[in-house]
Amino acid sequence: MKRFILRRLLLGIVVMLGVAFITFFLTRVIPSDPAAKWVGPRATPEQIAKARIDLGLDQPLHVQFYKYMGDLLQGNLGSSLRTRRPIMLELKENLPATIELVLISTIAAVFIGIPLGVISANRKDQWIDHLSRLFSVGVVSLPTFWVGLILQLLFFRTLHIFPLGGQLSTEIKLTMEIPKITGFLMFDSLVTGNFRIFVDALWHIVLPGITIGLYPVGLVARMTRSALLEILNEDYITAARSYGLSERIVLWSYALKNSIGSTSTVVALSIGYTLVNTFLTESIYSWPGIGSYIASAVIGLDYPAIMGVTIFSAFSYVILNLVADIIIALDPRVRA
Amino acid sequence: MQWLSDFTMTLQPSIREFRMSFYLLNRNRLQRISLIVIVLLVLVAVFAPFIAPYPGHAISDTNPDDKLQPPSTRYWFGTDELGRDMLSRVIYGTRISLQTALIAVGMALLIGVPLGAIAGGLGGVMDEIIMRITDVFLSFPPLLLAIAMSAFLGPNLRNAMLSIAISWWPWYTRIIRGQAVSIRERQFVRAARAIGTPKMSIIFKHILPNTFAPVIVQASMDIGGVILTIASLSFLGLGAQPPTPEWGLLISTSRTYFLNAWWYSTFPGIAIVITVLVFNLIGDGIREVLDPKTRRF
Repeated sequence: MKRFILRRLLLGIVVMLGVAFITFFLTRVIPSDPAAKWVGPRATPEQIAKARIDLGLDQPLHVQFYKYMGDLLQGNLGSSLRTRRPIMLELKENLPATIELVLISTIAAVFIGIPLGVISANRKDQWIDHLSRLFSVGVVSLPTFWVGLILQLLFFRTLHIFPLGGQLSTEIKLTMEIPKITGFLMFDSLVTGNFRIFVDALWHIVLPGITIGLYPVGLVARMTRSALLEILNEDYITAARSYGLSERIVLWSYALKNSIGSTSTVVALSIGYTLVNTFLTESIYSWPGIGSYIASAVIGLDYPAIMGVTIFSAFSYVILNLVADIIIALDPRVRA
Repeated sequence: MQWLSDFTMTLQPSIREFRMSFYLLNRNRLQRISLIVIVLLVLVAVFAPFIAPYPGHAISDTNPDDKLQPPSTRYWFGTDELGRDMLSRVIYGTRISLQTALIAVGMALLIGVPLGAIAGGLGGVMDEIIMRITDVFLSFPPLLLAIAMSAFLGPNLRNAMLSIAISWWPWYTRIIRGQAVSIRERQFVRAARAIGTPKMSIIFKHILPNTFAPVIVQASMDIGGVILTIASLSFLGLGAQPPTPEWGLLISTSRTYFLNAWWYSTFPGIAIVITVLVFNLIGDGIREVLDPKTRRF
């Protein structure tokens, strides 16, 4: 198994190198004048000339790539055109809000999606299965950004239940001191005992959480169902049933355990998709995460910022898949 | 006419297979409805100028007297901030979405299929190189690469299609390669090799035509996802540009007004949901019917 993990790690590094190469290609080779692109449409000729030298565009491509990789390894993603601050710093500030959202949707995917898939597989072709399948096909067909707007229309404009957006109400932001330990608002307010802030934050995360969470819940339910259906046909399940074990034990303990490999792959996959879906959702809810960050970078043609978020997201996706593969490797059947 | 009857003879099994699959697909009520809806959508797209009540509103005409009117008998879907009829714009949007999705998938096939055939047909170093490149492309979440790519190519609909094609081809390469590897060892390919047919013509004349079926299935399943991706790019400002009545862009512009004009974002969204849903349902159905494991008579 050690050898498998080692080989997988090595492959992960190769893939990350490839990702870095593609982003390099995107930023330096595809645009007709990368320097002009890099400094934005309102730059003066002097700024463009300076960028050309800063980016090393006057040097041969392999030298440029070498320098680019060096910067990447040091976590240097350049600085934003709009704020002139290092992008790494801005990512760090925006990350906690996004991680909160992604975490909530992942929890939903695991605790709603998996049971839904299990029940659906167990009651194959009964109404509950049809309902849950329709749900899973339905939610992957929904444009996330539209769901956000519709939820706002429904729960803010019409029913006045949930706030329109933001992480906290304005009056709380103005009157109370917001705890800042880890940057994760809900966690920080909970450990410092600020329950009013915690409840307010919880209230604010409901709509964006649902918007973001629908897709992974549907995806995980669908995959769990199909993985379980295959497993339920296997001999050892028939054997377990013939021992007279209750259906509950057969299903939730015998069958589900063997679907852990495919389920963890899907969960990793769905975290990656969720991360990208925040790009479409956060700006709707004025959620101060990297989704809003890249959405405004796109509008402001802030190319270094767009690239920074892209590299960050792609790397996290690669790492997530790596983790999923290692979890699968813990299964003795694939250790060979 | 001997050749014709020979030809139909050889085609007979696949025609029977197709009719059987179609029968199975059509038997499921949900899938039959989806098929009908797809036909309707195509008709709407083709005949948009005749169906839309105000064809001029689709692009350039404005109508300042009727700004942001709620749905009425005159404007079924209401009007936008320039007084344009939303129904007409949504109808023209069908045309844009179906067209761009088809072109994007087509381009992805054009890149992915030959590469997959070469990788699987040649094997060896070439196979290794092509497949490692696809691995790298597949390590991006699909929407992410499309976003980055279209941002750097310049935001417009043409570049959005190109970006989608570039982030989508590796899936097809994988499928075709898998097929090609197994076909490479079949008797007729060995025979072709034995009589000295050049490698490339073996790949493109003998292997490639036999790999199409699964990739066509995959491509038809992807249409829904691609429509959604185009809408998402346009929503971010990276796809269609105003005044194009693209659905994602319509929703994006509606954001300024939607709290007081619910119809503005609702109808284009429903159009996206219906279109993507029927393509996904059909895709699911096709997969279930063609997979011997889940096929049921």
